[in-house]
Amino acid sequence: MKQLSPASRARYFRRQLVDRVMSGLCMVAAGVGLVLLGLILWMLFSNGIGGLKLSVFTNSMAQPGAEGGLANAIVGSLIQVGLGATIGAPLGMMVGVYLSEVGKESKFASVVRFVNDILLSAPSVLIGLFVYQIAVAPMGGFSGFAGALSLALIAMPIVARTTEDILRLVPQAYRDGAVALGSRENEVVRKVVLPAAFSGILTGVLLAVARIAGETAPLLFTSLGNTNWSTDLTQPMASLPIAIYRYAGSPYPEWVSLAWTGAMLITVGVLVLNILSRFSHAAVAGKSQG
Amino acid sequence: MSLMTKEASETVEAGAPAPRSIRGTPTSAPVVKPTAAVTAATRIKIQDINAFYGEKQALFGVNLEIPDNAVTAFIGASGCGKSTLLRCLNRMNDTIPGARVEGRILMDGIDVNGTEIDPVQVRTRIGMVFQKPNPFPISIYENIAYGPRTHKLTSSKAELDEIVERSLRRAALWDEVKDRLGKPGLGLSGGQQQRLVIARALAVSPAVILMDEPCSALDPIATAHIEALLDELRKHTCIVMVTHSMAQAARVSQVTAFFHMGKLIESGPTDQIFTMPKVEQTHDYITGRFG
Amino acid sequence: MTTPAAHRPLIGARRMHLGDTTFRISLFAAGALVIIVLFSILAIMFAGGKLAFDTFGLGFITGTEWNPVTQIYGALPAITGTLMTAILALLIAWPIGFGIAFFLTETCPVKLRGPLGVAVELLAAIPSIVYGMWGFFVLAPFMAEYVQPWLTSTFIWIPPIPDTFYWFTAPPIGVGLITASLILAIMILPFIAATTRDVLLSTPQLLKDGAYAMGATRWEALTGVVIPAVRGSLFGAVFLGLGRALGETMAVVFVIGNAIRMPDSLMAPSATIASVVANSFPEAEPGTLDLAVLLALGFILFVVSFGVLAIARLLLRQERMS
Repeated sequence: MKQLSPASRARYFRRQLVDRVMSGLCMVAAGVGLVLLGLILWMLFSNGIGGLKLSVFTNSMAQPGAEGGLANAIVGSLIQVGLGATIGAPLGMMVGVYLSEVGKESKFASVVRFVNDILLSAPSVLIGLFVYQIAVAPMGGFSGFAGALSLALIAMPIVARTTEDILRLVPQAYRDGAVALGSRENEVVRKVVLPAAFSGILTGVLLAVARIAGETAPLLFTSLGNTNWSTDLTQPMASLPIAIYRYAGSPYPEWVSLAWTGAMLITVGVLVLNILSRFSHAAVAGKSQG
Repeated sequence: MSLMTKEASETVEAGAPAPRSIRGTPTSAPVVKPTAAVTAATRIKIQDINAFYGEKQALFGVNLEIPDNAVTAFIGASGCGKSTLLRCLNRMNDTIPGARVEGRILMDGIDVNGTEIDPVQVRTRIGMVFQKPNPFPISIYENIAYGPRTHKLTSSKAELDEIVERSLRRAALWDEVKDRLGKPGLGLSGGQQQRLVIARALAVSPAVILMDEPCSALDPIATAHIEALLDELRKHTCIVMVTHSMAQAARVSQVTAFFHMGKLIESGPTDQIFTMPKVEQTHDYITGRFG
Repeated sequence: MTTPAAHRPLIGARRMHLGDTTFRISLFAAGALVIIVLFSILAIMFAGGKLAFDTFGLGFITGTEWNPVTQIYGALPAITGTLMTAILALLIAWPIGFGIAFFLTETCPVKLRGPLGVAVELLAAIPSIVYGMWGFFVLAPFMAEYVQPWLTSTFIWIPPIPDTFYWFTAPPIGVGLITASLILAIMILPFIAATTRDVLLSTPQLLKDGAYAMGATRWEALTGVVIPAVRGSLFGAVFLGLGRALGETMAVVFVIGNAIRMPDSLMAPSATIASVVANSFPEAEPGTLDLAVLLALGFILFVVSFGVLAIARLLLRQERMS
């Protein structure tokens, strides 16, 4: 190796040092991040697992002292999330199909895409306030349906975005092939493009379900919460996030314990949905390469 | 010989229970089988075609007659307009925003480029095979069944099975896939995939099949398979092929059309084009002295 | 048996094909719905909040008093709390998030990249109420016990703005601005890390190779070549994080202290627009000024987040195009 002058050797040393120090700091940052987040999960499980009893799933919320559970909240969440996804996901898919297959780069489509991206990250508390104004105040009361509607509005842009992204991965050759066989535009999309992207779209729906399952703020304004068992969509309806919110702030230890258990359940549910969606996404990615 | 008779005869045959046809060859209808393909009747008349992509003109006043029961090859350098013309024939250019095609393309006396024509109906009569094999990500069977289902050509499962088998046989793929019809079409080799999409096109009994460099993504053995298949298929259909391989044009086509910068320079029987072209440009291109 | 397709007439009214027309119209309607929703939110919030704007005028935004009893509402404390927590959160989260992204794309062993990347994305999926609970039960007591006394004694030398702002000098009650900022920071950390990682990954390898070929270290390649190339997108990621922090509700409600007054220190209990809306809503009857005020606050929050998110999307999209 060529002999370096002392000055350039010093400079080389300093550059290496900067690189090492900054890389080291980045590693520390990653460590800090992971430790913090690990800490959250650990606290969640250590506090939540103790309260995990059968009664959590069989009993409705009850007065402090009684053997209460979260059954009504769990069922209420399932109903509202289910209905929300049933309304929001098809609408989102249609928006995604519009952006990818019909609107493409047109001006209107660009505006829709931009606005959808904004809605995607808009504060969910405002969605709740909005649905309160259009569906709760005029209808004269909080309802499970209003809750589902607010969740649908949150799910729609998520599904729209993932659907568009996935449809863009579908090879143009499929579309050309279908057109050349004499398919109409709607047949190309329904019979070839959508089936090819099915598992990817499913990913988007699962992610949206995971997202709305944990939403609390919008439900405060729409379905309000309910300590009793109720599956009536026109009446206030309990939900897991609201139950957690009310119980966590309460002075009763058994309620706080239920709040931890509820938080653990919801986190496990959301994480499982996310992991599931990863698998279906991997499936579509593999397929389009094949 | 009209398309109608041919179609009808095939349908009748497909519906008949007893004799299983091998290649779907019409037996009842009197099919004209020319000894020399070049003498066959004209299938498509291209008249004064100008094509534009936005401001850019891609084709300039092309006139050409395409014979039935023959392979017609479009040759020329990249960007000469040969693919554009091919895509005019089945109205594929309609799907490209900003694309515009002027002129007439007569098939059975009807201008398929006319504004009142439904391009979807054109494409059911003029099939197309692309450069890269593009089976849909569904089973082999479903790939073939796609066209007949879309156009509701059959009402029974048995009939559909019949069409699938006949199409696969005509595409010389049946023996290789008959035991795995339910397997994904994408699981086949490149050459098999290309024959699969040819079978898929055949399943709607088109009168014409367009092929856009069908062998450019294939190895020599798969290419040989396809070329042999083309020779077989042309007995009952009109085939128009774009190719960048002069040797391939010489091997499989009966008629060759040479394009340069959006203009048809010369067309005629392949033998004549390759041995004694009338235009010097053609000669230069064929002998590789093209600048 | 139906007529074979090839027997149908070539001549058809293609512009009026029923299936395609319905298809296009319904898809277009879905697209339009997205825009309608956005403008409805704006319009409904504005209409609902009009009473507040009419009553207080510009004073609604500049007013520092919030008193439901005397019906005097000024939004400045909530606006200040929102901006302070969001910006502080960003100051804490961005360097760490960027560090994680750099680690994941450059120095992390290849085998760990996938699992760590997934871990980061999974953590972004944890519902915000879980972060809020954790902040309330774990972080706030910890802050009160250890961090806040330490902050007070360490930063006592910063000269206060008399009667206005005392920085880190305040009773260590755990909840307050700094705790809320920390929770927000932890929440947006995975977002910033994931978005930044995607941005860094989108840099063509050729660019980096060019830098390495000239003898640059990894850090020099990053600062000299990669960052200039994707500067816009990196800012986009920051704005995206800011947008989330501005509108976050549940994580904040638990730990901000919910005191609607001008904060006099970084540790003072405070409030954000989102926390005020969520907290005061149960007492606000329809048709009253109390509710109008919340809707007006919602309108302000929506306009601000719209601006921030729009900037984020424009910055992120710009790079995508080029």
